[in-house]
Amino acid sequence: MRGTRLSGKDGEAKHPFQFMACWELREMLGRRAADVQELLDGLEEVPLDSIYFHTHSYFLRHPYIAGPYPNDFANWAAIQLRDRVLGERLAVIDPFEVGDLEALRNELVTILDDHLSHVGSVPRIVYGELFFFMQSRILAVPAGIRARTLTEFREGLERVDSSAVYFHVLAALTRKGKRRNDFASWIEDGLGLKELAGRVAAINPYATSLEGARKHLVELCESGEQAAR
Amino acid sequence: MAVTLDDYRTVSPPGSVDILRRMAEKLRSRRVLRINANRTGTGVAEMLERHTPLLQELGVDARWEVMQGGEGFQATCDALYNMLQGEEDRFSDEMLQQFIATNRENAQRLSFDADVVVIHDHQPVPLIDVRPQEGKWVWRCHLDIARPQRKAWAMLRQFLVKYDAAVFSLPKFAQRLPIPQFLIYPSIDPLSDKNRELSEREIGQALDRLGVPRDKPILLQASRFHRFKDPVGVIEAYRIAKKQNDCRLVLAGTPTSDEEGRKLLAEMEEAAANDPEVHILRLPETADIEINALQRAATIVIQKSTREGFGLMVAEAMWKGKPVIGGFAGGITAQLIYEVTGYTVNSVEGCAYRIRTLLNNPELAAKMGKDAREFARWHFLITRNLGDYLALLTTLLR
Repeated sequence: MRGTRLSGKDGEAKHPFQFMACWELREMLGRRAADVQELLDGLEEVPLDSIYFHTHSYFLRHPYIAGPYPNDFANWAAIQLRDRVLGERLAVIDPFEVGDLEALRNELVTILDDHLSHVGSVPRIVYGELFFFMQSRILAVPAGIRARTLTEFREGLERVDSSAVYFHVLAALTRKGKRRNDFASWIEDGLGLKELAGRVAAINPYATSLEGARKHLVELCESGEQAAR
Repeated sequence: MAVTLDDYRTVSPPGSVDILRRMAEKLRSRRVLRINANRTGTGVAEMLERHTPLLQELGVDARWEVMQGGEGFQATCDALYNMLQGEEDRFSDEMLQQFIATNRENAQRLSFDADVVVIHDHQPVPLIDVRPQEGKWVWRCHLDIARPQRKAWAMLRQFLVKYDAAVFSLPKFAQRLPIPQFLIYPSIDPLSDKNRELSEREIGQALDRLGVPRDKPILLQASRFHRFKDPVGVIEAYRIAKKQNDCRLVLAGTPTSDEEGRKLLAEMEEAAANDPEVHILRLPETADIEINALQRAATIVIQKSTREGFGLMVAEAMWKGKPVIGGFAGGITAQLIYEVTGYTVNSVEGCAYRIRTLLNNPELAAKMGKDAREFARWHFLITRNLGDYLALLTTLLR
């Protein structure tokens, strides 16, 4: 489990990890869709921040309980449009795997386009609600928790607001130039625990919820602590 | 004793009070002025009364001012209220002139010396015409303006374009405006009389006072007696469900004293047809403890609105751990995650079917209620609302 320690005393990082929480202010773009064609047109034209809002930051809005599907597009198609097939196809997209937001937009657009080519008429809401394109302004807020050791890190992780998990795991990956989440980077660079860092980096929050990801992270840290004893 | 922010630690999501304090650090001593039309008697006034001391505790220099105006001003505001929410009403040119003149008079009386001025609803909107050079102005709309009457909206819009931002309660209320439009859900206060924890004794006493036995499952709709809340439809759904599941129905609310209110009440009584297990309770608007007790005693809470603003009665019931069956209207769809925290329904039959589903599956009802409470904790408590305001102020003052 233990890799090459890069800095600090034994088991202690030179630079502490500072947990950051975040708060989302939601902004409405004033654009709406009543059918799949309008959703497709919107997806092609809205800013990438809106794609981000309806996919990635869905998890920030549902840290504990989520709807049936893990993004707004899929939920709208399945619940409001009552097109379960489209809902399922949109639900299975994993932003963690797709990569950047432009690639994610492309994936969504091609699914909608393909769906439209296979249905006789454009599915339109009858009793459901319109889709409203939104974007968010994320404000980073220091959570007031610092960690120098793996144990302190795990303890901090257990009690920090769930938005910190979002900030350091999901939001970190969409920040420019970031290839791994903040937790994995610090565990490797600060504590020198390369193998643990690799396992932390592999956590896919889209497969669960923020609370699910937190639970998984805490378990990984505990196994790391046991291995170090 | 005054409620402090720390009192919310036990009810809000873990760590959220600390985050509020940290968010507020950058806003320390910033002057925020909020203006609305009434000091008491409305949901907005209630919210401002709760918010202002909490913002002050967070270090924000928060002030709350109220418009003053005569009967003519009030009549125009009432007409605008109806028209902005899509109702048929009208105002004359004279009424409009008086509306603007009253705003000018208030502008002379009030000081707008603030970093951010938040104008609540339509009554004080024209005050923007006297804005000083410094300070950001925000319009906070609490109304359902998804389909406003054009004349009323056109009148208001000429002022709104001069604001720096607008805030609405639902995405569908957003309008075509050349300013940023933010979304902030309204909230409930978990420590108020309407929502605080009640002992079994308090619940029992309240139900005894109201004459509601607890011998069988209680279905409750606690809402103003208004046609948009479809109380007659709720009675019809109860009748269908009752064929298979023994239960009581309680309709608790405040009737309006006008002709329409009397007509609706007569229709409700006719639909109830002297069924002793249908309780139509006429309560004053101040009956917070009674509503709280009824919600806590209920097995299922129904809010079968056909038209709704945000519908915070749903969040109130969710906070009390109740599964909710709601109409597919307004903010109810934002509060209920279908099959997770409750059900949205589109018909009397759908409502009856879901009543049966929940009465026949008490474990499902309990799980749904538990999830509903958690969902309300994260999304519809005053602490979340305060955080949204702090985020808004931070964004505007950047």
